[in-house]
Amino acid sequence: MLAKRIIPCLDIRDGRTVKGINFENIRDAGDAVELARIYAQQGADELVLLDITATHEKRKTLYELVGRVAAEVNIPFTVGGGISTVEDVGILLSNGADKISVNSAAVRNKKLIAGIADKYGSQCVVLAIDARQEERRWIVYLNGGRVRTGMDLYDWAAEAEQLGAGEILFTSMDHDGTRDGFALDALRQLSEHIRIPVIASGGAGSMVHFRDVFTDGLADAALAASVFHFGQISIPNLKDHLSSQNISIRPQLK
Amino acid sequence: MKVVIIDYGAGNTRSVQLALERIGVHARLTAEADEIREAEKVIFPGVGHARSAMDVLRNKKLDTLIPSLRQPVLGICLGMQLLCTHSEEGDTPCLGIFDEQVKLFPASGKVPHMGWNTAAVSDGTALFPAGWYYFVHSYYVPLSSYTVLSCDYITGFAAAIQRDNFYGVQFHPEKSGKAGEVLLANFLKL
Repeated sequence: MLAKRIIPCLDIRDGRTVKGINFENIRDAGDAVELARIYAQQGADELVLLDITATHEKRKTLYELVGRVAAEVNIPFTVGGGISTVEDVGILLSNGADKISVNSAAVRNKKLIAGIADKYGSQCVVLAIDARQEERRWIVYLNGGRVRTGMDLYDWAAEAEQLGAGEILFTSMDHDGTRDGFALDALRQLSEHIRIPVIASGGAGSMVHFRDVFTDGLADAALAASVFHFGQISIPNLKDHLSSQNISIRPQLK
Repeated sequence: MKVVIIDYGAGNTRSVQLALERIGVHARLTAEADEIREAEKVIFPGVGHARSAMDVLRNKKLDTLIPSLRQPVLGICLGMQLLCTHSEEGDTPCLGIFDEQVKLFPASGKVPHMGWNTAAVSDGTALFPAGWYYFVHSYYVPLSSYTVLSCDYITGFAAAIQRDNFYGVQFHPEKSGKAGEVLLANFLKL
């Protein structure tokens, strides 16, 4: 049976991992390659590397890091942050990334997703969406939450699927950094609205939250950062817990 | 040992090469007929669309070379599918080593089939241990007498196939953790 995926997210700045709490206050949590290797050994199912500087001058640092992660890590990983052209994607994939994630640039240029999917296949295109609930609607935000679009989460996800996105990584800005649990209602509605996998992000604080995001949120994968980086939850313990709750999980290799 | 990875512009060749490095084997990326013919082991990877991949194989005359190979050949993901007779993806005639029709998953579940799933032994060989492997695909090879590992997603399908010196895996051993590295090492020991 297809396993639900546990995905640690490494926020990267200058080749090191950091974690932004509610996209603000940044704390250092270690070397990216080392952390990636440890997570793979612990049973992480995939990794996401999110370059939060993404300035043009620092791009080479990211490409080198991607190459080092690809050499050392034997599970799939996604690279995101600042990707705005099909050429960027080509460089990242040729350095060994398995997938890329696009966010703001895909909203500004609706041809970007289709361009990547046509050239490299939908399987490598993850659309990241940051959204916040306003009244009864979930509104899409860009630039790490600083720019409001007025676009509806579900509409944008469905359009992206048509354009060729292979997965949706949905971060609830209302839940991110709170450790109070994932946005279960929005996730469930999103999962029922589209036919591609949904990765849940924002709000992980306990092992029960992960169970809930799979059972109630219908997510295909769950992403978290600080609860893993700072050791509140260990991946082996989390997988044991989820297995005990009858959730399909790839067991940790002994 | 001389190992080559057929390099025809279809995706994950670098990942396969890096996975082999991790188990201590340097493989060359090549599309040269002589180099492929002389290799002891040939890996035929692939990610992307069946039709564009077959177009490239034909342009490079690899469509006649690959079926003529006598050493062990391992097709990975799209590479495995291209070893079959035909793919529904772009209604594409393929290499015809396995007399199988590659089909699109029915729309009753999420497509692509993406993530870790269990492959079970249908016809046991030590080369293909049962276990958890990483899959990413929208098309599948049906179960048949060639099937050595089977998987279930929406329908039962072939996770691994074998005929003579030709092997195929639908999953990505190069991204399947330790289990994938064991499988690649087993293939290289053939």
